[in-house]
Order: sequence, then C-alpha cells, then structure tokens
Amino acid sequence: MKHNEPKNVTRKPRRGAELLKAPTGIQGLDELTGGGLPKGRPTLLCGSAGCGKTLLAMDFLVRGGVESGEPGVFMAFEENTEELAKNFASLGHDLKALVAQKKLALEFVHVERSEIEETGKYNLEGLFIRLGHAIDSIGAKRVVLDSIDALFSGFSNVAILRAELRRLFRWLKDKGVTAIITADRGETGLTRYGLEEYVADCVILLDHRVDGQMATRRLRIVKYRGSTHGTSEYPFLIDESGISILPITSMGLKHEAGTERVSSGVPRLDAMMGGKGYFRGSSVLVSGTAGTGKTSLTAHFAHAAAARGERCLWFAFEESSSQIIRNMRSIGIDLEPAVRRGTLRFHAERPSLFGLEMHLVTIHRLVNQFRPRVVVIDPITDFAVLGGGAEVKAMMTRLIDFFKLQQITALFTSLTAGGAFMESTEVGVSSLMDTWLLLRDMESGAERNRVLHLLKSRGMAHSNQVREFLLTDHGVELRDVYVGPSGALLAGSARDALEAQEKAQALVREQEIEGKEQELERKRQALEARIAALRAEFEVEQAEAAKTIGQDQTRVGVLAGDRVQMARLRQSDAIARRKTRKQE
Amino acid sequence: MTATKAKSATAASEQSLAKPGKPRYVLRLYVAGMTPRSARALANIKQICEEHLKGHYGLQVIDLYQQPVLAKGDQIIAVPTLIKKLPMPLRRLIGDLSDRERVLIGLDLKPKQ
Repeated sequence: MKHNEPKNVTRKPRRGAELLKAPTGIQGLDELTGGGLPKGRPTLLCGSAGCGKTLLAMDFLVRGGVESGEPGVFMAFEENTEELAKNFASLGHDLKALVAQKKLALEFVHVERSEIEETGKYNLEGLFIRLGHAIDSIGAKRVVLDSIDALFSGFSNVAILRAELRRLFRWLKDKGVTAIITADRGETGLTRYGLEEYVADCVILLDHRVDGQMATRRLRIVKYRGSTHGTSEYPFLIDESGISILPITSMGLKHEAGTERVSSGVPRLDAMMGGKGYFRGSSVLVSGTAGTGKTSLTAHFAHAAAARGERCLWFAFEESSSQIIRNMRSIGIDLEPAVRRGTLRFHAERPSLFGLEMHLVTIHRLVNQFRPRVVVIDPITDFAVLGGGAEVKAMMTRLIDFFKLQQITALFTSLTAGGAFMESTEVGVSSLMDTWLLLRDMESGAERNRVLHLLKSRGMAHSNQVREFLLTDHGVELRDVYVGPSGALLAGSARDALEAQEKAQALVREQEIEGKEQELERKRQALEARIAALRAEFEVEQAEAAKTIGQDQTRVGVLAGDRVQMARLRQSDAIARRKTRKQE
Repeated sequence: MTATKAKSATAASEQSLAKPGKPRYVLRLYVAGMTPRSARALANIKQICEEHLKGHYGLQVIDLYQQPVLAKGDQIIAVPTLIKKLPMPLRRLIGDLSDRERVLIGLDLKPKQ
C-alpha cells in the first residue's frame, strides 16, 4: 500500500478535476462549463434585476432536470407559485403539470418586513425545514433559491443571516443537491451582500448592459472550481424557447473543406469560376456601391439553391421579404414559390433592433432551427453601425466559422460607400471570404453602367476579366466588356456606340476588299482574254506556217525527183552510189 | 380610525369576546425541536400572556420537526416565530421573545414610540 502511494497522489488531482456535472439544459451553457454545473454543489448566479436569473434557474430545473430525470425544488422569494406558473407558461413551461408529476416542487417563501418584529435570537431553521421537506417529498436532486436577497430585506440581523446562509450552503452540499442560488448584483462586489464568499464552487454573473442604446444580456462564468470553463462574456438570448447562449469563441478553424460546387445562379458567372460556381461551404462576399445589383445577384443564388431543393435562409436587414420578392420579380426571378414551399425563408429585421451579439445569437438559433444549406446575409454593412470595426470583424469571423462548420454556403453582401476605396469593405472582412465579387458602377458618357470583377476565389481557377453586369427582365446577364482602342473599358451605350462604329468601319473595309477583289477579277479576265487572243493569233500563224512548210516540202520533193531523173539519165550508177553513201 | 379597525375585526371578536372591550388573542408559536431557545421563547410568551392577556388568549405551540407541512402555510422561515393571528393585523415575532419591550409592541399591547 505504501509502495503505491506516490502513484495515487499523482493520479488523484486529475481524477478530482473531473468532477461530476449536472447538465443545465441550456443551449450553450453546458458547452461553456464542460457539461453543466458542479453536481451536488451550490452555484451562485448573480446579476442585476431583469437580466434573466429566474429564467436561467428555472430552465436549469425544468429543462436540465427533467431531461436528466432529476426532480427539482424551486424556492421563490419574490413571486408566488401562481405568478411563476403564469410567467413560465408564456415560455412554454407547464409548471403545474410538472408539479403534479412530482418532477417539480414550487415553494413560495413570503418575507414581509412590516410584519416582522425581532424579539431575540433566532435562526432560519424554518427555511431549512421547508426546503428539506420539499426536497424529500419529490426526491429532488436540484434546488433553486430565487433570490436570496429577499432574506436580507426581511431580517435586520445581518450577523445571524450570514451565519445561517453559511450553514444553508453547507447543508445543501451535505444533502447532495445541485443548487442555484440567485442574488442581486452589488455596487462593488458581485452581490449586494457578499454572498460569493460563501459559495466557493461556481459563480456565474449575468449582465444586462446598454451599449449605444443597444441592450444585450451577457453571461460570464466568474469562477468554476475544479473545472475549465470559458472566461469571456457570452451574449445570450431569451425568447419563447428559453435561454440560448453562444460560446462562439470556442469555435476554431476545424471545418472540412469539400470540393463540391454550387451554382451561383448565373451561368456566365459560373463560367468565370471554371464553369461550376462556388465551393459548397465557402463564404462569398458581394460588395459594391448602392444600386449595383448586389441583392439581384444574391437572389439568383437563393433561387438556384431553391431550384436544387436546398433550404435557404435569407437575413434581410434593409428590405422586407415582400419587397425583395416584388423587386426580384421585376428582373424575372420569382422567389415566392420557394417561400411557399418552405425551402426559402426570409428573416427581415432592422439591424438596429438588437446588438451585434444578439444578431449573432439570432442567426445561430435560426440556422439551428431551419438547417439551411445556403445562407444569405444582406447586407453585413449594417452591422458596422452597431459596433466597432474589431467587434464586427470578430463577429463575422465567428459567423463564418459557424457556417463553415455546418457546411453552409454563405453569401454576404457589403455596401461600399461611394468614393471609398473600392477594394475595401466597410467591415474589413474581405480577407475572411473565399470568393469575392465586386460590383462597380462605371460612369461614362452620361450614364452609369455596372461591371463585375471576380476579385478572388480561393482554390479554383477563375477568370480575371471584367464583365459587364446587366439587369435584364430575365435576370442578371454578364457580357464581355468592350475594351476600347485606348485600352479603356467601355460599357453600356458607349460600348454599343463603339461597337456600331466598329461595325461600320468593318463594313467599309469589307467593301474595299470586295472592290479590290472585283478589280483583280476584272484584270484576270482581261489577261485571260488577251491570252486567248494571242493564242488565236498564234494558232493562225501556226496554221499558216504549216501550210508553207508543206508547200516547201513538196517543192523540195519535186526538185529531188527531178534531179534523180536527170542523173539517171546521165550516170545513174554514180548517183546511186552517192546516194547509198549518204544513207550510210 | 379605531372604529373601522374594530369593525373589520368584528367577526373574530364576536366569537372571542369573553370580556367586552378586550379582543381575544390567537397566538401560535412555531419552534424547531425543544431547544433551550424554544423553551425560552415559550416561557417568555406564557409569562407575557398571563400578565397582559389573562383569560382572553389562545396559544398553540407547533414543533416544525413534527409537522413540517405547517411551515408552508404560515410562511415560517425563522424559528422561533410567534404569530399573532388575531387581532388583526397579522404579525410575526421572531426570536426567543426575550426583548419584552418589542414583544409588547408587536402584540399591540404597547404603542410604538
């Protein structure tokens, strides 16, 4: 035994570190705490009024407790059971049913200062008895005391109270129940009465701050003995489905990168990206000044996704869904059937309605609910109004990470202010994007024309050419941009005019060539005529020559005949001999 | 002021009027086990009742360890707690009742300064 001791000593702290945890049932909080609150120990939940303490505590009992089969006691000091039941009915909790099923016990503790007269020494054994009775009656494993400050307002003997609270926490621990004790935020410390001194295991702080007229609830784990935990402030959202917290910073660059492609909805744009479109799960930025067609390009993308039968979630921060549908119909994109089928969902909201973090939480929640394959955020620029550059960038990073982890193809639009450097985005997120399309206005010849640049597209061959971007009644059309004689880009009517001019010049040239060809033909014909004439002349001469030759030959023959005859008449032998010699 | 108060408490006083003009006191003392403190509280209240309310009071002693359910009904937190159920208004006197002055004030037997 002694021999083994050192081994045990080294092991023990590691085992002790893995303390048992009670899941809270609150989205995100379990992730933050690595599994939940310390099991069998009290946790202090502090925060100012209205920041969601009661709700979080009740969620801990109702969601976490019921899910893990642990009944719970909710001891309320501020609301009676009727009020609690009513308040939580709107959040979808049927407390009365849970009470009837013995999964929950509600214990209302009424403390009224005006009724109380302190006449000597006392303790809070009555509270212990009540709590103990409630715990035993349903075999509770979880306890909530909400909020403990009420005791301080009811009793004036702080020394007794402090001693009794210390005893209470000890007692809860001995009972082995996982407890949440809520307390109001103090001016200087975490709680008004310094309760954090008694609860040493886990302290969670809730906060409800207003930044630039924007109220955001945040949660921070101040302390969690024996466990690692997220230390930042995490925003959380309260809505009809309870609390959700977003431990976004826990995400990293761990996403899988696939090779699947998704169409942009514009064939010519796909062609610019090797004919296939964006990568699935990539992030696409469409930036440009006002009215350059960002939303139209986005609509194509959403429409294409819907046509593939993929769910698409569209966050619209500037237009209502019906306005988008109407406007897109004017360029021949009908989004309404997809909306009716449920493949396309709009979430239109003024960005100034919430803080930055809250938007993030909302997006998370909606994405988790709707499970889209394609997400559109139009535009991200509006977030810049809500926070500083670094904040917005941090938010976008988390958002992009989130989408990538889920293999969601995300398209963001960004409005570039007129006059600003075009290749910079208002929120400075271009470096986070995989594909960046820049839409630009070109002003020339008293008109504005749109052009599209494919500034970057990671991991694929892509065209470096500028395209003219036309909004027609059958959607977006990309055309080659005309490069004028001076090398300048021309688009719109200037391009048309120049094209016409070129056409005319070409025609003239064509005519010239034709003329020249005709001239040549004429010359050839003339030449051939002359050749024919010469040949005819030659033939005549030839015929004549043949004639004279014939005559001459006859004449020669006649002369020779005459001579033979004369020779024969004179000395025929000699002539015959000469003749044979001649022949030899 | 006193007239209206008396009217509101008529139902209670009608049945409890042993001596006209003096309201009947209904008191309940909650303790947790027979600790010295509990005993002290009981002794104190008995003495005060005998001195000031002799003949027109009822005192019930409840041990919460025996009857924990009752703690909920009367909203008991601290022990010992003496509840003055009648006459109205309801009042809770917590502690071992050794501060005689305060007990008398709490039982409306002495006006508040």
